Formats: sequence, C-alpha cells, structure tokens
Amino acid sequence: MTLQHYLVISAILFTLGIFAVLTRRNAISILMGIELILNSCNLNFAAFSRFMTPEDISGQIIAIFGIVLAAAEAAVFLAIILAIYREFGSIRPNEVDTLKG
Amino acid sequence: MEFTLKTFIFYGFALMTVASALLVVTVRNIVHAAFSLMVTLFGVAGLYVFLQADFLAATQVIVYVGGILVLILFGVMMTSGRLEMRIHIERGQLLLGGAVALALLMLLLTVIANTPAWKNRIDDGTELQPTTERIGELILNGPFLLPFEVVSVLLLVALIGAALISRKEVRD
Repeated sequence: MTLQHYLVISAILFTLGIFAVLTRRNAISILMGIELILNSCNLNFAAFSRFMTPEDISGQIIAIFGIVLAAAEAAVFLAIILAIYREFGSIRPNEVDTLKG
Repeated sequence: MEFTLKTFIFYGFALMTVASALLVVTVRNIVHAAFSLMVTLFGVAGLYVFLQADFLAATQVIVYVGGILVLILFGVMMTSGRLEMRIHIERGQLLLGGAVALALLMLLLTVIANTPAWKNRIDDGTELQPTTERIGELILNGPFLLPFEVVSVLLLVALIGAALISRKEVRD
C-alpha cells in the first residue's frame, strides 16, 4: 500500500461528503455528510503521519483531536436541530427562513 | 506490488468504506443512510489499523459508532415522522451538486497523482506496535498538553451548550 491509496480513498470520502451537504434536503443527512468530510480529514492525518514521518505519531494525535471536535460538533448540531424542530415542526433547511428578508 | 492476504484485506476495507459512503449519500431512507454510515466508520477504523494506529482505530469505533451514530439515530427518531424519513432531492440541485462534487474529485485526484513528494511512498514495513503508551506520553507529558486541556474545555462547553439549547423552555 502506498500513501496515494489512502489519499484517493480520503478524496472520495471528502467528495461524497460535499455531495451530501450540497444535495440533501434534510439537516440530519447534512450532518452525515459533514461526518464523512471529518473522517476523510482524519484519515489523511493518520496516513501522512504513517508515511511521511513514521517515527513521529503526532498526526495520530491530531486525528484524535479531530474526533473530539466531531463529537462536540455533532452534539451542538443535534441540539440546534431539536430546537429548530420544536420551533418550525420541520428540519428541512429551506423551510427555516424567518430571517429571510 | 505482490498480491498478498494483506493487500486483499486492505482492498476489502477500502471497498467497504467507499461503497457504504456512496450508499450514505444516495439512499433515500434516512435510517438506512445512518446504518450505512456505521459501515463506513468501521471501514475507516480498519484503515487506521492498516496505518498502525491501533489507539485511533479503537477511539474511532468507540466515539463514532458508539457515540455519534447513536446520537444521529436519536436525532432521526425525535425529529422525523413517517413522512420525513424519506429524503427529498431536487433534480436541478442534484445535477449542480454532482457537477461540483465531480469537479472537486478531479481536482483532488490530479493533485494526488502529480505531487512528487507523495509518489510511491511505501511504509517502512515495521510491525504493528502499540501506540497507546506513546500517545499518552505525548498528550499528558509532552507538547500536546495545552491543546488537550483546551479541547477538554471546548468539549465541556459544547455539551453544556447543547443541553441548554435542546431542553424545553420553562416559562413561569
């Protein structure tokens, strides 16, 4: 396995995440897309750590921090979704338009 | 590259990750999408093992599959009625989003294929060594102590904020 194998997998995951964020009309699906993007980013950190600096595992620690940030992000995201659902009765992003001029 | 059992398993994990990620973004039922996401997360954990990051793989399974995915499923159950389970997609948006995503993928693949420093880098072939001790040493007794404390406070603040936002307002 070469570095490029991992980078290609990560690029595909990133692209699929962007695709989900752009096309899905449901806030939770958008969250899943964001999780895919964060996973591809963590995979890149781990891969570069392994192939560019095999002696130094700092890249893995950055990836662990990335997982922590993803957990915090998911918690806040779902809390906001619940609040929006209570207010609007729907979690489609284009129906939440109170601030629209 | 010789075709050994290791490469076979690697391609298995890679295929599993990519195929289930494709399902996450295409399947119409949001619960099915959530379970595909679980397979994707397991696949990424397997790839971490191939990168000799055993602690990271365990963290991935515990935090993502055990925590975030359950949170997502709770979100689905609490906000989506029977009608909302199906995801609506508009055709124009699908075309535009697909074009943007495809262009982005082409750009990324071009960069990956043409960067000289990344070409044909093979790992040094060392055996899997446990990384937990080194990670603990680096985080608690090394250069990552301050980021660790900052990220702990961040997580605490985020969780308190989430609890505050999502609770019912008490009117008196």
